Amino acid sequence: MATVDIDLPHVKDHDHDPHHHGPAKGLGRWLFTTNHKDIGSMYLIFSLCMFLIGGLMALVIRAELFQPGLQLVEPEFFNQMTTMHGLIMVFGAVMPAFVGLANWMIPMMIGAPDMALPRMNNWSFWILPFAFLILLSSLLMEGGAPNFGWTFYAPLSTTYGPPSTTFFIFGVHIMGVSSIMGAINIIATILNLRAPGMTLMKMPLFVWTWLITAFLLIAVMPVLAGVVTMMLMDIHFGTSFFNAAGGGDPVLFQHVFWFFGHPEVYIMILPAFGIVSEIIPTFARKRLFGYPSMVYAVASIALLSFIVWAHHMFTVGMPLVGEVFFMFATMLIAVPTGVKVFNWVATMFRGSMTFETPMLFALAFVVLFTIGGLSGLMLAIAPVDFQYHDTYFVVAHFHYVLVPGAVFGIMAGVYYWLPKWTGHVLNESLGKFHFWMSFVGVNITFFPMHFVGLAGMPRRIPDYALQFADFNSIASVGAFIFGLSQLIFVYNIIHNARVGEKATAQVWDGAHGLEWTVPSPAPYHTFSTPPKVD
Amino acid sequence: MSTSSYYVPEQSRWPIIASLSLGLLAYGAGMTFNAMSAGGSSIGPYILGAGFLVLFYVIFGWFRDVISESQGGLYSEQMDRSFRQGMLWFIFSEVMFFAAFFGALFYVRTFSVPWLGGEGEKGVTNMLWEGFQATWPLMVTPDPAQFEGPKELVDPWHLPLLNTVLLISSSVTITIAHHALKEGHRKKLELWLAATIVLAIAFLYFQVVEYIEAYTHLGLTLQSGIYGATFFMLTGFHGFHVTLGTIILFVMLLRIFDGDFTPKQHFAFEAAAWYWHFVDVVWVGLFIFVYVL
Amino acid sequence: MTKALLALGLSLAGSSAMADWQVNLNRGVTEISNAVFDLHMLIFWICVVIGVGVFGVMFYSIFMHRKSKGAQAAHFHENTTVEVVWTVIPFLILIGMAIPATGTLMDMYDTSEADVDIQVTGYQWKWRYQYLDEDIDFFSNMSTPREEIYNEAGKNPNYLLEVDNPLVIPAGKKVRFLITANDVIHSWWVPHFAVKKDAIPGFINESWVRVDEPGVYRGQCTELCGKDHGFMPVVVEVKPQAEYEAWVAAQKAKQAALADAASQSYSIDELIATGEGVYQRVCAACHAPNGGGVPGAFPAITGSAIATGPIADHINIVANGKSGTAMQAFKEQLSAVDLAAVVTYQRNRLGNAVGDFVNPSDIQNY
Ligand code: HEA
Ligand code: HEA
Ligand code: HEC
Ligand code: CUA
Ligand SMILES: [Cu+2]
Repeated sequence: MATVDIDLPHVKDHDHDPHHHGPAKGLGRWLFTTNHKDIGSMYLIFSLCMFLIGGLMALVIRAELFQPGLQLVEPEFFNQMTTMHGLIMVFGAVMPAFVGLANWMIPMMIGAPDMALPRMNNWSFWILPFAFLILLSSLLMEGGAPNFGWTFYAPLSTTYGPPSTTFFIFGVHIMGVSSIMGAINIIATILNLRAPGMTLMKMPLFVWTWLITAFLLIAVMPVLAGVVTMMLMDIHFGTSFFNAAGGGDPVLFQHVFWFFGHPEVYIMILPAFGIVSEIIPTFARKRLFGYPSMVYAVASIALLSFIVWAHHMFTVGMPLVGEVFFMFATMLIAVPTGVKVFNWVATMFRGSMTFETPMLFALAFVVLFTIGGLSGLMLAIAPVDFQYHDTYFVVAHFHYVLVPGAVFGIMAGVYYWLPKWTGHVLNESLGKFHFWMSFVGVNITFFPMHFVGLAGMPRRIPDYALQFADFNSIASVGAFIFGLSQLIFVYNIIHNARVGEKATAQVWDGAHGLEWTVPSPAPYHTFSTPPKVD
Repeated sequence: MSTSSYYVPEQSRWPIIASLSLGLLAYGAGMTFNAMSAGGSSIGPYILGAGFLVLFYVIFGWFRDVISESQGGLYSEQMDRSFRQGMLWFIFSEVMFFAAFFGALFYVRTFSVPWLGGEGEKGVTNMLWEGFQATWPLMVTPDPAQFEGPKELVDPWHLPLLNTVLLISSSVTITIAHHALKEGHRKKLELWLAATIVLAIAFLYFQVVEYIEAYTHLGLTLQSGIYGATFFMLTGFHGFHVTLGTIILFVMLLRIFDGDFTPKQHFAFEAAAWYWHFVDVVWVGLFIFVYVL
Repeated sequence: MTKALLALGLSLAGSSAMADWQVNLNRGVTEISNAVFDLHMLIFWICVVIGVGVFGVMFYSIFMHRKSKGAQAAHFHENTTVEVVWTVIPFLILIGMAIPATGTLMDMYDTSEADVDIQVTGYQWKWRYQYLDEDIDFFSNMSTPREEIYNEAGKNPNYLLEVDNPLVIPAGKKVRFLITANDVIHSWWVPHFAVKKDAIPGFINESWVRVDEPGVYRGQCTELCGKDHGFMPVVVEVKPQAEYEAWVAAQKAKQAALADAASQSYSIDELIATGEGVYQRVCAACHAPNGGGVPGAFPAITGSAIATGPIADHINIVANGKSGTAMQAFKEQLSAVDLAAVVTYQRNRLGNAVGDFVNPSDIQNY
């Protein structure tokens, strides 16, 4: 972003305005709050819990796959684990974490007092625990939890689904309500509550990426609601949307699902792009290279994301023209994404770099995300995707963009901004230890998956042929290394957020932007009067 | 400076109660539907009912608070803009919800039904459905034993045409009412808004008549293959939105009788009007693609 | 770095005798699979080059432009020329990839002028192969014993990749597959042919292959299709023309023998003995080896109202299945003898003791 010169805002810890008091006491503070910081914290804590639960499921998967043969769980349960792991990580861990960061940072970055619609904000959050309680409770129901993959293809999920499918459908509905309201709030905040002088093209990239992400959310979450509603009708009311006997088509399900699903994966990466675009300039002590092209690139990625969905369906037997169109459109996304990667590298070039924990995560993000992106490009080549599709090569691709992509992005953001939230600096050596363990763990886990995938191991199977044995046990060992190292993270943030060294307002010496002008911890109400940005 | 002092609402207990109600609704609906299909009974309907009760309680309470805050002059121009944008984006999300169903309709018409009938690139499929022919509207499904097609269709040039006229007129009447409000003609406002509501109710009445006709005489049901499925899905969700819109308009009318709204400040009314136009536009799409073509 | 860690991982994991260290696609045995392999390698190397370039500059900056080395930050933050360059060059690279990819795709889609047509139907969890011109029709089930899966017996080299009746096709001929499914979506994949096509219930997808090299090629179902998705292998035997013809003849003789067997009468004990084999092979996947089923998903046979009620209802559900559920119409899959045997077995074993039985000749009426 452009350098922000600030007319020092009149920030006071104790304001005399009657509306601006500190937090309420007790449980009521959390249940009734309208404060963006409280809500942001709740989102982040919720997301962390979900990450641990979803991760635990991943460990069940990896433990079963440690050796050929069935050791720990039966195939039915394995499928439930796969499904719930995917759903929880996507909807419970990554998305809420980004919304939490948005809540905390967007008002501070644009000089707003709070979110535009604070009560709706609270509502958006509190729907989530109910939605996920319903989803998790399905594990205890007769017939078990959803077992048809996070993509819940019909008719496996309709005619052949377990009874808990109905609960899953309604859970998705209310979760969608939450996401849409959250997104509306973010858009309204960004468009309306910017401080005077904070023009759109001066906004920090994190804000820009979220603006576009919010637009994606509003555009595609209703489509997800639509597709689960059609499922509901097929299951309970005898319609035939996904049944050829009545003139429908199971593939129709996939088209509608992926019209949502593909933009969804960018929903999970764009805010991470934003975070990284904040962090790299700070620790390179150099302005972000090509700010405008970064903005245009994000917008192009978002627009392209609406016309590439069927690259998940190359094998369903689409007509040739469809196949070719979706292949080309998908390949095009590499261009704007490449622009982003090149800009990050150009920002580092001839900078003055230091390598604190947030920067380490951001650098790992750039490298590992690019690896994941390049494997995505390989998947985009339709005739070759026939060999990759539904194998572990795909699993490797998306974990590279999601784990060292989205999740590392979130962790980088947490390490970067947590001192601002709590007023305490995290333990740097512990942070570095966490980073290196995660970096090593993540690669041991997911790199071998490329190999077994290419060699022919299908995904979503509880047991595999002998030739895949060695790489699978390596991946499983890696998963436990990676998983356990997250406990370092949990310890670091819980412990040092309270007892760590006091943080200064600027926290990092290269940091620029409004959020670094307010004290650490940021006062409960940040900008009672708007700061002026020139 | 109007922007110099922000308004941040007080804490509120409504959101958490609203979340609770959604949780109850979701869980209750899950139990109810499952019991319905399995043929058993369950406590689902009670949970569902409780969810609705809590939801109504929240709607009343929350709106009462908002209205009194608004009338108390607490809302700045900036808040007003946020509300407006919020409403517009919400309507956009609704458009996308309908887009999913329209997309399904276009897909089955251009791809799946012709393929099943032996036309186009995947025409070999017809091997599995010997004797099936692709037509639209689909009167005979690929497997009539499982999904018996409709015997007859709704004639677009009777009730649906009438309903189109009704709904388009209602869009006009509400615009007249809005202008009246802006010019401060309260009586005119009341009259035209009331007229809108009457039109809306007439629309709903005829739709119910049409549905009854479809189920009892035409053999057109949710189960009658993909034509019935898309027909009822689209018109049904539209009808549901008309119902909601009518209730909202009715509440507006009550507030107007109460002396609410000024020529300058009447966001709730405007939001209701926008919503109404949206419902109207969707209908036009329906009329063309579901009934006529 | 990663390599060293991999080595570490290896020593931790130990190694099992059967495993190999294949890290790449199979080149395969058809023209198409070779084209796909070359395309894969081409794009892979382009990606590697791009990666090396990008990471090279990045690591150069990380090492040279670090504050601890006294680097001072430069001030540039924009340059339209480079931005245009790094937009246009990737675009050109992409076009270079797209052209050969489209060519290969068009070849794959050309299913015209096939010599043999085979309809491939996915069932939960087996494949059915119907030779459209030959009147041959059979099912192909995984044949790996449960003991191997549950680690009660050593695993054989083709663990999970072996079936009772493989698909047999002639070498050097263009074979067209008409792929569909009976219940949920499956996907038929043989890596060595580079053929993977989803089997969609109610629709037919086409694909084709011409294999010159006789041999046995193995693949798996690659679309999640329920509980035993992992246990649904595909095995294709490619035979020289003469051997293929002999196989066709033998296959027809076998079907005639089955029809003959159906007209015989059997004792209840004979039926139960045959039935046990059928049950464990076909039914146990859902109803469990002991007849206990899977609560909430698949009903128990033990004490089941149908399996202990009137025999006609029992035969009916087994023969015709129940539409809209996972219970398939088994009269398509099993011979009359097997049907009679498995019904008799269910009524008199697995905790049931009805005492009656049915002969194959009586099954024909259902
Ligand atoms: C954060 C999430 C995320 C992101 C960002 C991406 C990014 C991309 N994905 Fe991925 N994808 C997933 C999450 C994601 N994906 C998930 C979850 C699935 C599986 C879903 C399921 O089935 O369960 C999936 C599956 C998936 C498939 C389907 C595979 C299959 O099932 O057969 C395909 C196919 O085209 C694909 C392609 C791509 C492409 C082209 C990109 C591009 O956006 C990548 C662009 C980036 C680069 C290319 C690297 C940087 C660029 C340069 C350095 C410039 C120069 C480069 C060139 C000119 C080549 N993805
Ligand atoms: C953002 C999304 C995300 C994230 C972060 C992850 C993280 C991980 N994933 Fe997952 N994954 C998906 C999204 C994600 N995944 C999706 C969408 C699918 C597809 C699903 C489908 O096929 O439908 C999938 C599928 C998938 C598979 C394939 C399953 C199959 O095909 O059968 C595997 C297998 O190895 C796997 C592994 C892992 C591992 C080891 C991690 C690790 O990174 C996890 C590490 C974290 C932990 C291990 C938590 C640490 C917790 C503890 C140490 C215990 C403490 C616990 C408490 C206090 C409660 N994932
Ligand atoms: C793919 C799974 C699957 C396989 C394989 C399968 N069944 Fe079933 N079976 C089912 C399901 C599901 C039902 C329940 C149908 C319903 O909802 O009524 C069922 C029901 C039955 C019933 C009625 C039980 C009752 O009390 O309702 C009998 C008898 C039966 N199967 C026999 C068999 C036989 C014999 C075989 C093998 C030849 C077999 N099944 C193989 C899934 C399967
Ligand atoms: Cu059949 Cu997976
Ligand atoms: Cu995608």
